[in-house]
Formats: sequence, C-alpha cells, structure tokens
Amino acid sequence: MNKHISPRLNRRAFVIGTAAVGAGLAIGLDIPFGGPAVVRAADGSPEIGAWVVVRPDDTVVIRIARSEMGQGSLTGLAQLVAEELECDWTKVTTEYPTPGQSVARKRVWGDFSTGGSRGIRSSQDYVRKGGATARVMLIQAAADAWKVPASECTAANSVITHAPSGRTTTYGKVAEAAAKLTPPADVKLKDPKDWKLIGKGVKRLDTVDKTTGAMIYGVDVKLPGMLNAAIKDCPVFGGKLKSFDEAKIAGMKGVKKVVKVGDTAVAVVADTWWHAKTALEALPIVWDEGDNAKVSSESIAKWLAEGLADAQPAYVGNKNGDAKAAIAGAAKKVEAIYSYPYQNHATMEPMNATALYTADKCEVWCGTQNGEAAFAAVLEASGLPAEKCDVHKVMLGGGFGRRGQTDYVRQAVMIAKQMPGTPVKLLWSREEDMAHGRYHPITQCKMTGAFDANNNLIALHYRLSGQSILFSLRPEALQNGMDPVAFQGVAQSGDAAFGYSVPNLLVEHAMRNPHVPPGFWRGVNVNHNAIYMECFMDELAQAAGQDPLEFRRKLMGNHPKHLAVLNAVAEKIGWNTPAPQGVYRGIAQVMGYGSYVAGAAEISVTDGSKIKVHRIVASTDPGYVVNPAQVERQVAGSFVYGLSALFYGGCTVKDGKIEQSNFDTYNSMRINEMPKVETVMVPSGGFWGGVGEPTIGVAAPAVLNAYFAATGKRVRSVPLRDQNITFA
Amino acid sequence: MANLTINGKTLTLDVEPDTPLLWAIRENAGLTGTKYGCGIAQCGACTVHIDGVAMRSCGISVSEAEGKKITTIEGLASGDTLHKVQDAWIAQDVPQCGYCQSGMIMAVAALLNEKPKPTDADIDEAITNICRCGTFQQVREAIHTIASA
Ligand code: FES
Ligand code: FES
Repeated sequence: MNKHISPRLNRRAFVIGTAAVGAGLAIGLDIPFGGPAVVRAADGSPEIGAWVVVRPDDTVVIRIARSEMGQGSLTGLAQLVAEELECDWTKVTTEYPTPGQSVARKRVWGDFSTGGSRGIRSSQDYVRKGGATARVMLIQAAADAWKVPASECTAANSVITHAPSGRTTTYGKVAEAAAKLTPPADVKLKDPKDWKLIGKGVKRLDTVDKTTGAMIYGVDVKLPGMLNAAIKDCPVFGGKLKSFDEAKIAGMKGVKKVVKVGDTAVAVVADTWWHAKTALEALPIVWDEGDNAKVSSESIAKWLAEGLADAQPAYVGNKNGDAKAAIAGAAKKVEAIYSYPYQNHATMEPMNATALYTADKCEVWCGTQNGEAAFAAVLEASGLPAEKCDVHKVMLGGGFGRRGQTDYVRQAVMIAKQMPGTPVKLLWSREEDMAHGRYHPITQCKMTGAFDANNNLIALHYRLSGQSILFSLRPEALQNGMDPVAFQGVAQSGDAAFGYSVPNLLVEHAMRNPHVPPGFWRGVNVNHNAIYMECFMDELAQAAGQDPLEFRRKLMGNHPKHLAVLNAVAEKIGWNTPAPQGVYRGIAQVMGYGSYVAGAAEISVTDGSKIKVHRIVASTDPGYVVNPAQVERQVAGSFVYGLSALFYGGCTVKDGKIEQSNFDTYNSMRINEMPKVETVMVPSGGFWGGVGEPTIGVAAPAVLNAYFAATGKRVRSVPLRDQNITFA
Repeated sequence: MANLTINGKTLTLDVEPDTPLLWAIRENAGLTGTKYGCGIAQCGACTVHIDGVAMRSCGISVSEAEGKKITTIEGLASGDTLHKVQDAWIAQDVPQCGYCQSGMIMAVAALLNEKPKPTDADIDEAITNICRCGTFQQVREAIHTIASA
C-alpha cells in the first residue's frame, strides 16, 4: 500500500524509501486455522471488506482507487464511505491500493480512471456499499461478543452501542473479529435525507502537507541510487529520431548515459536533472520530421473550413424535423462560423515518472489519473507479466485530463529498461510538456438558424468540422465511425444533452483529424460546443430582437433542469435589474457530465479591447452535492482554467510543431484578473452528475456574450489575445 | 562547490556556480518543497525568500545566492509552529493540487511581512503566481483573514 495521505493534523511526510521499493504487494493474506481469510494492510491491521481497514486505535483507513489531482475526490469518496460506515471522521485517513494489487484481487476496487468528472458519480454506489458492508460486519462482531442480536446494536462515530444493556465498544476493538466474518451479500444504503456527512463541506484530508512542502508529487520521488533523465521527443508529431552525436556531450558533468527512447525520442540520464537537461540541450540531434512538417495552423484551418460545406461527409449526432428544408423556406436566416484552437493542459507539474526495472520486476512511481492504464503501460513497455509489475501513485500536480495518458510512463520504463537495477526519474521540461501535449481538439462550427415571420426559431443547423478525440485515443468506442462524445452539450439525450427544443434540428460532425494528438482537456468537447451554441443563441436572440435570457427561456420549456440553473444565475446576477453604469452582462447554459450548469458574467470594456471581469455567477445541479466547499472550489477553478484558455490560450502549429513553449507564450490568468466566482448550488436529487468539468463550458460564452453586449462586436474565435483583446 | 545558507543551515554543495538556485535546492540540498513549473521566472512555483525578499529561484544562479539567507517552504515554520500563512491556508482549505502552493505561500508571506494589511490592489500587484487549479479566491480570502486577525 502506498500510504501518502496523512490525516488532517498529521504532518508526517510521505517518505518513499527503501521500504517502499522492496515492499511490493504489501497486502498479506492471513489464513487462521479453518476460518475465513483475513486480509491485512501493510501495518498488520485487518481489512473489513476491501474498502476499509480499521486499526486498533480506531483509525479508519479508507481505500481510494481514483486519483486525487486537486479536485477533492479523495475527500469526497472518503465521505461517501464514512457516511455508511458511521465512523469517527476525525480518525479517517486514506490510502491508494496499487493497480497491481487490484489486478491480483480481481479488480476488487473497480475502475481507477479519474476523468470525465467520474470520480464520485461512477463509484458512489459501490464505495458507499463498501462502507455499509464494513459497518454491518463490525456491528455483527460486537453482537457476537455480547451474544445479542445484531439488530439490537447501533453504530455511530466508531462506537457500537447495545442499548438494552448499555454496553459499548469501538470499531478498533472488534476489528479483528469483524475481519473474520463473511461479508453480507447485500446491504441497504441510507436514504439521502438521513445523510450526515455527505453534503457537508468538511475540510480536505490532504491539505497540511501541501502547505509545508512535505507533499510528495511525482517530481519529488527519491529512490536510493536514483538517476535523472531529461528527454526530447521529435517536435513534429509522427516524426522520428534519426541520429544524435553522443560524443559531443561525453565529458559533460554528471552524464551517465544517452539513450534512445523508442523510435522517436532521446534521453540523457545524469546524476541530477539539471545536468541531464543541460547536456540534452547541448546534444546535437537530427530528426526525421516526415510529411507532417508541412502542416501549419493555416493548412489545418483550411482543411477544417472545407468540412463545413454540406457536400462533405458528416456524422449526424442529433436530429429532428428537416432543418435544411425549413432553413430553405424560412422568412429570415442567421449564419455564423466559429472556431476553437488547440489547448495544452499545462498542468503546473510537468509530466514525469520514476521507473525501476530489473529482470524480474518493474515498478513505477508517478502521478496518474488512471492507475490501471499506467499499469498496462508498464506491462507493455517492460515486457513483464502483471505479477511482476506495479505502479505506485503519488499526488498529481494537476491533471485536467493530461495524466490520463501514459506516454510519459512508457518512456520512463523504456529508459529504465536500458539501465537495469537503477531507478531513473524522467522529468519533462516545461518546453517538452508544451511540445508534447494531448491537446484540446481543434474544431470549427458553422451554424445556421432560421425564423418564421413571427420571429420564432424554426430551424437550427449546427455543423462541426474537426478533430475527434476518440478516433485517436479510443477508436473502439467509435460508433460506425462516429464519435458520440463530439456532441457533448448538443446531444439528443444522455449526460450532455441539448437544452433547447427547436422544431427542425440538425447537428452533425465532419470528422477531420490533423496530425496533432488530441486529448481529454478539462471539459473536453463541452468547451467549444458551449461557446458555439451559447454565443450563437445570443446572435439568434439579437436577430429576433429579444432579450438573450427570454429568448432562451422560450426554447427550454421541455428542459426544466437546464432552465432551473439558467434561472438561478439570472436571479443571482440580477438580470432583470440594470447593471451598474458601464457594466455589461452575458449569460450561458449547458449540460455536461450529467450536470446542468449555467453562468453569467458582468464585465466592462475600455478602448474596445481591455476587459475587466467584475462578477461571475455560476450555478450547478449535479443531483447531489457531496462536499459543497469542494464544489465551490471546482467551479471557481474551472472558470480560471476556461478563461485562461479564452484570453491567453491557444496552441498554434508551424512546420508540424506546436509553437508555444512555456508560460511566456501560453499564459495563464493571475489573481488580479480573476473575480470571485459566486456559486449557486441547486442539487435536485435523484441522479449523480460530475463537478470538476461541466461549469468550464459556460465560462467563455458568458464573457463573450457580455463582450458583445458591451461593444456590439461578436468574437467568434479563441484566444482573445489574437485579436488584441486582453484584461484591463 | 558552493556554500548556501538555507533555512538557517550552511550547506556545502557540489554544484556549479551557474546552476539555477532552484535545482541546487531541490537536487543538491534535497529540499523538494520548492517546485519547478517553468524555469523562466514566469510561474512563481519556485518562489523562496532571499534575505527576506520573495524571489523566483529558477532565475537566480547559485553564485548570486551565496552568502545570502535563503528560506524555503520547509523553513517557513518555526519548529513545530506553522507560519500564520500556512495556518490560514489550512483553515481556508486553499490548496487544490497544491503544486503551486509552496511558491504562493512564500510570496504571500513576503507580502505580509512588508504590508501586514494589504488591500486587494496590493495583493493584485504582489501576487503574480500562476495557479492552474484556480485557487485565487481562496488565496485572497485567506490573506484578508490573516490581515484582519
Ligand atoms: S519555476 Fe521559477 S518561476 Fe516558474
Ligand atoms: S493548487 Fe494546483 S496549481 Fe495551484
């Protein structure tokens, strides 16, 4: 077990040392004479079901399979387990099972992947059952000891009480006996109205070490005898490494080895990373850039623009009526073309992983959003079977979707494999990180709206042209070639459904996949679809001579949940009362990741190009709110991420390479540019929606619509810096 | 070889004079609380105090730092007593991923040293660290909480 999350007031650092290296599978099976097997954690404490370990001092260790990357799921998931477990929250700590342990135990902890705002919503059911199962076993153990029926016993705060006799005991005291019991086949979960811990804004469990420098991220991993590697992959995606002149850096300080990494990259391994990086900079490298070196942002834009034409093939994602015919016969038509660029995740901590390879074992320490995918990458790159591999997860210095990919893990193993017995930490420079992202996909969108003579919207044709993430990363998930995720926010139904009723609707996607590798970037396709749709909604409202909010409301009668969040922001921002002098408002709504969200912004604009954002209001209906304090932080954070991309982001391509190389060319918002986000939570219950991503969708369109209100100018492409629009 | 005084201790480190202080701190002194984010003095993740002033350690060479008093996030607390900024960060649950927070905390501690009751405008001017998770409003609230204590 990789214990790294200290209890709230425990300042003990997570120390990775020889113990962790040699420990391997820390879980032990303890089979007493004839009895059922007791599974023990590394410290010998018994498991009460797979999700809970109870120590003699009543400390409860909750297993977390998903990854913590700042989004707070570690705390939220622990709350879900603890709610049913009825344990003392102040004695809760958490640990990550390793993917190797999970595989060895038939995936007892389920899915490890942490993306798509799925951490809580996809595991809430079985983790709550895990807590309930342990509670039933602990109560049963106490009842057995007292020789009373379990039904006469209750548990609260880790104390079990037998009311008729007034006896009490604690979880720690009965844990050994409970661990020997057979888990109940089925357990009943609490009615949400009885929740005490779920819904409470309890403090995160992982904060203290993040304020003292003690928290260990991948970049901080230290192993005995470890060396450090710096890498350069061919800057043109799809290109290859031709040659490098090792002799030129032979005498450089600290350099131990120069290694080829696959067909495309070269790494320098040295005593320190600084030495490795300095030598790598000096290493003459020749690339075989291939045909992709001819690709530029201009050539991509041209190719995507061609896909907007009706004559080109496209997949239909949502349709009713006959939009083309209705548009042809309409009294009035409105048309606009929008575009959205590549974006880099630019996690604060650049990609990195530490690998130790020996002939019969390969272990990796890294931050990953998907422990199991990282594990699969280790197997593949090392060539060793599952029982000889493992991945030890550490804290992520940001993920946002980037660390769901395993390219950096694979590279670390490929390097370590060339130095058996020596642990090697591979760290990407920020420049490497900018050059080898898995970018938010590039798209354009042509929208045509049509009105009848009474200014009723009778048709909408939404035609996307551009890149599919699934085509590149999960081709098996394509449906007859179509990428269903491309329609996030404008889909017919599901967890990202369109929120308007238009009598004649056609939503389609001309898939065009440039060579730049796409990835899941916080909010994924909701980002551009919400900008396109919500800014165009404003254009339609204007064409109809109607208020943007009223215009939307009229189309949302059949979408009460979409409408409720829109109404919530409208009320909070005071849509029906005039904005302060010189201040203008914009509004937007979308559904994504199972949650309904809306946003509104108040901005002022000087000289037509200097924006000051005064207020942001956001609302979300995620069904249930597990931790309102963390929801508030995720919503605010999603606006910082989304507005950074709107104002400063955008990755461009020249000669097949990404042009932006660091935060000087790919800037991010600072504190002076960001107002407080006022979050309105309107959980309506009965479903579980995600939190980390959905609200990013409304960040940009709310501000762009406010910009139009202020200036009368429509901005139809991102980033704003390309149009010399910036923060005041 | 260089002599660096970090968190009250003078260390003799096997490091070239032109090495960025950040890497001497992380790799030679072994103090990994100070983070690498950009290496070009843009993000602030590597912020430390040099003679009490917040500086981005990736942009300072070891030779420039010799003879100066360097404080890293590990040296901010006095023994077991956390610095008031750390306390406020815990009370306010400021960090998300936390990667930028060592630098953020060092920048804020220096600001409060200079201006114990900073205005919003003071904060806007002095705190220019990048936080990709977007913790700015908690950062601001925590600073005001300290200032009004
Ligand atoms: S690492 Fe020094 S400012 Fe970014
Ligand atoms: S808390 Fe993650 S970058 Fe600031």
